[in-house]
Amino acid sequence: MTQWLHMYREMLKIRLFEEQVNQLYLKARMPGLAHLYSGEEAVAVGVIGALRGDDYITSTHRGHGHCLAKGATPDRMFAELLGKAAGYCRGKGGSMHIADTSTNNLGANGIVAGGAGIATGAALSAKMRGADQVVACFFGDGALGEGVVYEAMNMASLWTLPVVYVCENNLYGEYTACQDALAGDILARPRAFGIYAAEVDGQDVRAVHAAATQLVERSRRREGPTFLLCHTYRYSGHHVGDIDRAYYRPKREEQEWVTQRDPIRILGEWLVGERLASQETLDQAHAAVAAEIEAAAQFALDAPYPDVSEVDQHVYA
Amino acid sequence: MSTPDATLREITFGEAVREAIAEEMRRDPRVFYMGEDVAAAGTAFKVLLGLLDEFGKERVINAPISEAGYASLGVGAAITGMRPIVDIMFGDFLTFAMDQIVNQAAKVHYMSGGSLKVPLTIRTTLGATRRSAAQHSQSLHAWFGHVPGLKVALPATPYDAKGLLKAAIRDDNPVMVFEDKMSYKIKGPVPEGEYVISLGVADVKRPGSDITVVATSSMVYVALAAAERLAQAGISAEVVDPRTIVPLDAQTLIASVKKTGRAIVVDEGVERYGVTAELAAVIADGAFDYLDAPVKRMGAMNVPVPFSPVLEDRTVPTPDALVELAKTLCGRV
Repeated sequence: MTQWLHMYREMLKIRLFEEQVNQLYLKARMPGLAHLYSGEEAVAVGVIGALRGDDYITSTHRGHGHCLAKGATPDRMFAELLGKAAGYCRGKGGSMHIADTSTNNLGANGIVAGGAGIATGAALSAKMRGADQVVACFFGDGALGEGVVYEAMNMASLWTLPVVYVCENNLYGEYTACQDALAGDILARPRAFGIYAAEVDGQDVRAVHAAATQLVERSRRREGPTFLLCHTYRYSGHHVGDIDRAYYRPKREEQEWVTQRDPIRILGEWLVGERLASQETLDQAHAAVAAEIEAAAQFALDAPYPDVSEVDQHVYA
Repeated sequence: MSTPDATLREITFGEAVREAIAEEMRRDPRVFYMGEDVAAAGTAFKVLLGLLDEFGKERVINAPISEAGYASLGVGAAITGMRPIVDIMFGDFLTFAMDQIVNQAAKVHYMSGGSLKVPLTIRTTLGATRRSAAQHSQSLHAWFGHVPGLKVALPATPYDAKGLLKAAIRDDNPVMVFEDKMSYKIKGPVPEGEYVISLGVADVKRPGSDITVVATSSMVYVALAAAERLAQAGISAEVVDPRTIVPLDAQTLIASVKKTGRAIVVDEGVERYGVTAELAAVIADGAFDYLDAPVKRMGAMNVPVPFSPVLEDRTVPTPDALVELAKTLCGRV
């Protein structure tokens, strides 16, 4: 029970974090843009819930959810999004580049598929060091168009590397529907390399967690890489500024996912239905998370910018 | 910079490279080697023969023909506690790995606010005149000099090849080491003992007083041949080898030109927007008041490298051309 309630709170934290990010954008308090993870929370929370603390992840441009689920705190994440010195990267990375070494998060990536080889290399490193760490490599359906994904999967299978490739198919790569970009069967791709592959309803965190647990343990047992295809949905546009999007995605489709397939609601209804939590408990969780997010955003708004002398620091180690 | 020890031997450039890698792999279990045909074949240039026997296939890893893929594995391994050496057989094939080198390796330390480090060495080649035509002959090192976060080493001699490569492997940053593929059989003095050459320290390959020739990699030999002939004509040329273009030892270059008052920069990359342009600008800025003539540049012609020997030999700087240019600058024509 505690585990599922914890996951409920984790998903809620991501959702409310992203809603706050959108507000910061709309109020012109955040420089640049951000790619929101709302709607996909069950994937990050379910998969990362199956990992150990010392396992690694690589993330994507839509990476806030992975980062939070791996254990980053909202205050330092907001600080990074606002370009403040207290941010995880001292304000040098921003939304698309948060890395958190304290949780073995090897970083989000502004390049689609940029994490595929890095995750696979981290798995090679784990194997060479004799560690039993596993690496979860998150990427979207868009990354399936990049050749480096297949080069990395080929080597991972060839060398029996402990990496779990997690494909978040949210149906759109930027402003293009995935059926206009992907030929054939997605699962046939990893299977062609001899990689054990499964698919799961990415809106059901319990299903994601169960599938991920199986794949993570398989990889940890040195049985080679695995691949999890998660069917999910991106509630907002490609980024916070992508507001008029009817030309590539019907509003009705968005509403259907939000009202019928929402991962937080699905878990909440299950918890209440199974009498594992009362509605009151869930409401309390909501209030607590909302307060945490509010305070974290305020922390970031009040935090100082880095000193300009930092501009040429960290170019070289 | 360490100085050569008393027990010098003559070994080839290729042997010096192999020694550097073997010594570093013995010294540090985190160092490993990865690339195409690097294990039993010992690379396409046969430089690494014997390494597999000593370290095994777990540390001398034959990768598939997937430069982008294994270069990015190198980045991932580097940020998680290993010190990979990634071998890109021909510099031309770096084009496959550009995202991994330029967008990932070079940026990770900065983007993470200093929390991640990328101790990655990328060993590759440059240089024409091997009759290998346009896709196996380019000298693309200037591209990487343009990217903050990368270091770029251009060893010319066996001594420098060993010392710079060891420094690259020990560096906590991504370092690109470009070796002239025509240099592997060149012999030179290399001490028996341990030494490392700091990145960013130029070397005066031949002292002189009338004109400075700044030469990189393969062009050091062109410069030395030209200097010998210039000496016969009564012109004393100083040959300065930056050894690394990032970091650049501008001070040594400028000090030489302040002494001689004249400078020619020679590099095998294409002249247009190349290394010669940058070094000439650094010299012009730093030694302007001391210059008796404009700083001149010699790079490869602005053409793809042709196959036919009579054409290919026209594309790269030669001692003849360098002698003529130096004489002109010194008013001796």
